[in-house]
Amino acid sequence: MKIVVCIKQVPDTTNVRINPETNTLVREGVESIVNPFDEYAIEEAIRIKERLDEPAPTGKPATTGKPATTIVVTMGPPQAQAALRQALSVGIDEAILLSDRAFAGSDTWATSYALSKMIEKIGDVDLVLCGKQAIDGDTAQVGPGVAVHLGLPQITFVKKIEEITPKKIRAERMMEEGHQVIECRLPVLLTVVKEINEPRLPSIRGKMRAKKAEITTWTAADLDVDQDSIGLKGSPTVVHKIYAPDRKKEGRVLDGEPADVATDIVSELKRLSLV
Amino acid sequence: MSIRVIEDKCTGCTLCVRACPFAAITMQDKLAVIGPECTLCGACVPACKFDAIELIVEQRKPVDKDRYRNVWIVAEQKRGVVQSVTYELIGAGRRLADARGAELHVVLLGAGMDGACKDLVARGADVVHYLDHPAFADYQDEPYSRVLCRLMNTHRPEIVLCGATAIGRSLIPRVAVQINTGLTADCTGLEIDTDGGLMQIRPAFGGNIMATILTPNHRPQMATVRHKVMKEAKPDPKRKGKVVTIEPLKEDAYVRAKVVDFVEEVEATVNLAEADIIVSGGRGLGTPEGFKLIQAFALALGGAVGSSRAAVDAGWIPYSHQVGQTGKTVCPKLYVACGISGQIQHLVGMQSSDTILAINKDPDAPIFTVADFGIVGDLYKVVPAIIDRLNQR
Repeated sequence: MKIVVCIKQVPDTTNVRINPETNTLVREGVESIVNPFDEYAIEEAIRIKERLDEPAPTGKPATTGKPATTIVVTMGPPQAQAALRQALSVGIDEAILLSDRAFAGSDTWATSYALSKMIEKIGDVDLVLCGKQAIDGDTAQVGPGVAVHLGLPQITFVKKIEEITPKKIRAERMMEEGHQVIECRLPVLLTVVKEINEPRLPSIRGKMRAKKAEITTWTAADLDVDQDSIGLKGSPTVVHKIYAPDRKKEGRVLDGEPADVATDIVSELKRLSLV
Repeated sequence: MSIRVIEDKCTGCTLCVRACPFAAITMQDKLAVIGPECTLCGACVPACKFDAIELIVEQRKPVDKDRYRNVWIVAEQKRGVVQSVTYELIGAGRRLADARGAELHVVLLGAGMDGACKDLVARGADVVHYLDHPAFADYQDEPYSRVLCRLMNTHRPEIVLCGATAIGRSLIPRVAVQINTGLTADCTGLEIDTDGGLMQIRPAFGGNIMATILTPNHRPQMATVRHKVMKEAKPDPKRKGKVVTIEPLKEDAYVRAKVVDFVEEVEATVNLAEADIIVSGGRGLGTPEGFKLIQAFALALGGAVGSSRAAVDAGWIPYSHQVGQTGKTVCPKLYVACGISGQIQHLVGMQSSDTILAINKDPDAPIFTVADFGIVGDLYKVVPAIIDRLNQR
């Protein structure tokens, strides 16, 4: 059984600040991290492998034959290797980086196309895991896009895997007011939410192993891709304009004794028909 | 595709350095140099007063845009009830259709929802495409996307909008990739540009930047729209429109990922996304007991209880109450932030609220920069006083 996890290296947006003079993102001191939602996907892949390789109470192994393999893939600049190494440090078996300027400017369509071609090249993949979305773009579109390019069914926003065998899966998809229980035969693509698990920390041994590990690097030439479908050229959407949001409001500051402030604010809320 | 600095034209003025949202441009020997951080966003191109930066975009042959007409809305229903996000989409879609001199179509997949079709017309649909079949009573990815792809290919709409909900964000990416067009997620603004194209406005980088996205050479132009940002279209019973019935094909109902059950969760019914008033507490409460005061405040206002990530991380309140980037995005009529400093990741989850009241003892807390009303003071004195005042009414 082969499990592929798609991850993305992102700037830690919680620490991103806008320079008020220039209206640009201050990137100095902003770390590149593994997209937090992808960490749950990495952890879940390892847990599934452990679950499948563990002998069943009957004494027979849950999987017949070969143990499961976990592979982490990403598309990005050479420095995205760091994200892959982090995945290796917690127990993922193999890592592949797709890195080529030809992919620059990819939107979600072109990104999901490129990732699907990686997964095709890996071959015989039973399960694809993605985080529900990346925190830089927040689109949640790449996971379903990969599924369609591969002709796979999908279960998005998975908060729990109730049951998994090498043949089928039963999982809970989180919705606004509860969850759907979905059954599907493998292969399938899942996107996961943070409720699904608590990612483990790397062990010292894991860190050492990750540091020394060989990372396979592919370029566009290694994949069977249509040159018109990658990068900016393969992207139906283009960023027309980018600007800092106007966040400043001329708010009214109320001060004084709590009782006076209370009277004041309640009358303001009344004026606005909010109470 | 590539970007380059035309060195003869570059004067070393640094305007582009300031325009780059990704800090990818540096000055070397008084010439702009574009580094590997460049995402080809193009923000520097118009910023250069000397036309010294060139973005070379080779595109595939564009589709024949004239063959695409009208604005389509994908309605969302759960257990036979049309969700309010649909009415917001109709409001936005009607405006876009009028701007384009086009019709507004709504597609509704469900079972036994004839009454809802009339309401969709009353709210602004010129045509409702209605598929009535038990296999479509509940949302499933594959049957829904299969029918939508067929409708898109047959009717060729110019613009397609869907809610940025759990359903919308699972369904529409499948459709957009399948029919080979662009999709912009979670838009908070939609406008028609001078060329008649759809400007899709959305926050990115956790709300740190806003981006306007275009789909220049593909049709339809597809977008999901954030819930509670657009105004709901109100019904007008005098409005006329027609309802067209869609017959499903036999293979439409085929599913691999099959929904076998739906479980309602009490915890999840803290439906913050739907609340008109939210009172949130943060680290400034000091103790978990502080949420009792927040609850009392919420009760007095008739609102729901929210929280910052700090309070959730401290274990004071369950995650389902968390507002912000990794929690819920909310847009109530009134948002009250008590003891919340206003980290960027919290602000992006609540700053589009109609009215914001912030109570914090630190006058420099960033929360005050987004607040309509700010009270600088001890929340344990101020909040009880407001509750008293509210209860006197």
